[in-house]
Amino acid sequence: MTRRLNPARIGIYMLLILFAILFLVPVYVLLASSLKAFAEVQDLSKLWRLPSGLHLESFRSAWFGIPEKGLRGLAPNLLNSLYLTVPATIISSMLGSLNGYVLCKWKFRGANVIFPLMLFGMFIPYQSILIPLTQTLAAIGLGGTLWGLILVHVVYGIPITTLIFRNYYAEVPTDLIEAARIDGAGILGVYWRVIFPLSLPGFVVVIIWQFTNIWNEFLFAVTLLQKPELQPITVALRNLAGSQIKEWNMVMAGALIAAIPTLLIYVLMGRYFVRGLLAGSVKG
Amino acid sequence: MTHARRERWLAFLMVLPSIILIAIFVYGFIGWTARVSLSRWDGIRPDYTWAGLDNYKQLFAGGGSVAARRFAIDLWNTFFFTLLFLAACVVVGLLLAILLDQKIKGEGIFRTIYLFPMAISFVVTGVVWQWIFAPGTETRLRGVNALLHSVGLDALRWGWYTDTSSIGPFHVALIPVIIAAAWQLTGYTTAMYLAGLRAVPEELREAARVDGANEIGVYRHIILPMLQPITLSALIVLGHISLKIFDLIYTMTGRGTGFVTDVPGIFMFETTFQGNHYAQGATISIIMLLTVTLVVVPYLIYSFRREVEL
Repeated sequence: MTRRLNPARIGIYMLLILFAILFLVPVYVLLASSLKAFAEVQDLSKLWRLPSGLHLESFRSAWFGIPEKGLRGLAPNLLNSLYLTVPATIISSMLGSLNGYVLCKWKFRGANVIFPLMLFGMFIPYQSILIPLTQTLAAIGLGGTLWGLILVHVVYGIPITTLIFRNYYAEVPTDLIEAARIDGAGILGVYWRVIFPLSLPGFVVVIIWQFTNIWNEFLFAVTLLQKPELQPITVALRNLAGSQIKEWNMVMAGALIAAIPTLLIYVLMGRYFVRGLLAGSVKG
Repeated sequence: MTHARRERWLAFLMVLPSIILIAIFVYGFIGWTARVSLSRWDGIRPDYTWAGLDNYKQLFAGGGSVAARRFAIDLWNTFFFTLLFLAACVVVGLLLAILLDQKIKGEGIFRTIYLFPMAISFVVTGVVWQWIFAPGTETRLRGVNALLHSVGLDALRWGWYTDTSSIGPFHVALIPVIIAAAWQLTGYTTAMYLAGLRAVPEELREAARVDGANEIGVYRHIILPMLQPITLSALIVLGHISLKIFDLIYTMTGRGTGFVTDVPGIFMFETTFQGNHYAQGATISIIMLLTVTLVVVPYLIYSFRREVEL
C-alpha cells in the first residue's frame, strides 16, 4: 500500500510537529536562558529571544558558584549524585536479579504471597515512612550521610528491580534450567551458569531505570541530608532556584547540568528506558 | 534433609535479606508512623503519649484551625490535580500514540521528543516551568505573560500559579502546575498506548476494513476497546504518582499564597521537618497512604488474579 500525501496525512504531520514544538518549549527556555549573559537575562524585553552570542559564563557560575554573592557551585553536588547513584544502582540491581530469579524459578511456599507484599513497597507514598526512617538512620549512625541515602535507595529499589527481573526471567525456558540441574547444578550453579549469562539485557533495563530514578530523586535526599556539601544535585538545584537573588541564567545552566546525565542515557538507550517504564505497570 | 528440600530452603534464604528489609522499612515503618500519628509528638524530642484519634480529628475539624483549613484545601487540590492531570495524560497520550501509529516518517524522532521529559527530574521540570509561568509585574512582565504582551494578546494575561482566585473549590493556580506535570508524564501514556497499538494484529484491522469499517470505525470498534486494560494500568500508575506528588510542586510554586497550590505531600514535609509537628506530619502521611492503598491494592489483587489464571 502506498501512502500519498493526502490532506489527512498532512494534518497528521502538522499535529505531530505542533506537539513536538510544544514539548520542546522548556528545552528552548533552558538552552536560550543558560546561554545568555546575566545582563541579557535581566532584560525582560528579550526574555524569549535567542541569546546574542554563546555566553558560557552561566555554566561557569553554576559549576563553580559565585562566592561573593554566596551562591554555591553545583560541581560537588554532581559528584555526590554520582557517589550516591552508582553504588545504589549496582547493589539494588544485584538484589533484584537474585530475588527475581528465585521468585520466578524457585517458588518456595509462600512466594506468591511475599512477592505482592514486596511490590506494594514501590507504591507507598514515602512520606509514610520518613519519620521512622530519619529516626532509625540516626540511631544506627547513618543519619545525614550519603551511605544512609544509598541504603535507603537500595531498600526501596528492591520491589521494582525484583519485578523487572522476575518478568524478564519468566521468558527463560525452564528446559535450560532442567538441563543444568541434570548436570548437577544447584540453585546457585544454575544462576551462575544459565541465568546470569542471559541477564545482560535485563541488567541494562534495570540499571538505566534505577540510575535515572535515583539521580532524579528529591524527597529522600532533601529530608535526610541537611549539609549542603553532601546534598545531591537535585537538592542543590532546588536551593539555587529558591535563593533570594535569582540569577536565572545560572539556574538554567544548573538545571541543564542536572538533567544531562539522565538525558544522555535516554537518548542513547531509549529503547531500554521505555522497557523499564512499561515494566513499572506490574504486568510488564 | 533431602536434596530438594535443602534447595528450597536455600531459595528462601536467598530472598530472606530482601524480605527482612522490606518487612522493616515498609511494613514496620508504616506501623511506626501510624503509632506516631496516634501520639502527642509535637517537637524535636519524640513523645509517644497516647492521643487516640485526636490528630485525625484536628485535621478534619471543619473550618476550625489553620491546619484543618489547609488540609481541606490540600484534599481538594489533590482531587482536581489528579482528575485533570490524568485526563490530560490519557487524552494527549492516546492521541499522540494513534498519530505515531500511522506509519510515520521520522517516528523515532517524534517518539524521542514526546518521551524525553520522563528522563529528567521533577526538580528540573519545576525550575523551568516556574520560569515559563512566572507572571512578573504589570511593568515588568515575565514568562508567558511577556510573550502574550509582545503579540498583543494582553487579554489572556493572568497571574498563573500566583493567582489566588478559585472556581468553587478549584484553585486556578493549579492549571500551570498540571500543565507541567502533564508535560513530564504524557510520554508514559504515549509509550503504553503505542505498545498496545503495536500488539493489535494487522489481520484484525484488515478484517474490520473488509467488513466496511472506515479508519475511524476501526479505531472506535476494534482498537480502543482493546486498549482498556492499558488505560487502567496507566490510571493506577499515574494516579498514585499524583496522589503523593511533592517534588514538582515544591520546586515550582511551593504551597502558594493561601495554599492555592498546596498538596498533602508539601504540608507533611513542612509541618514535620520544618515545624517539628511530628504527630501531625505522621497523620497526614497515613491519610496519604490510605488513599494510595485504596487505589493500588485492588489493582495488585486484580493483576495477580489474572496472572494466576493465565
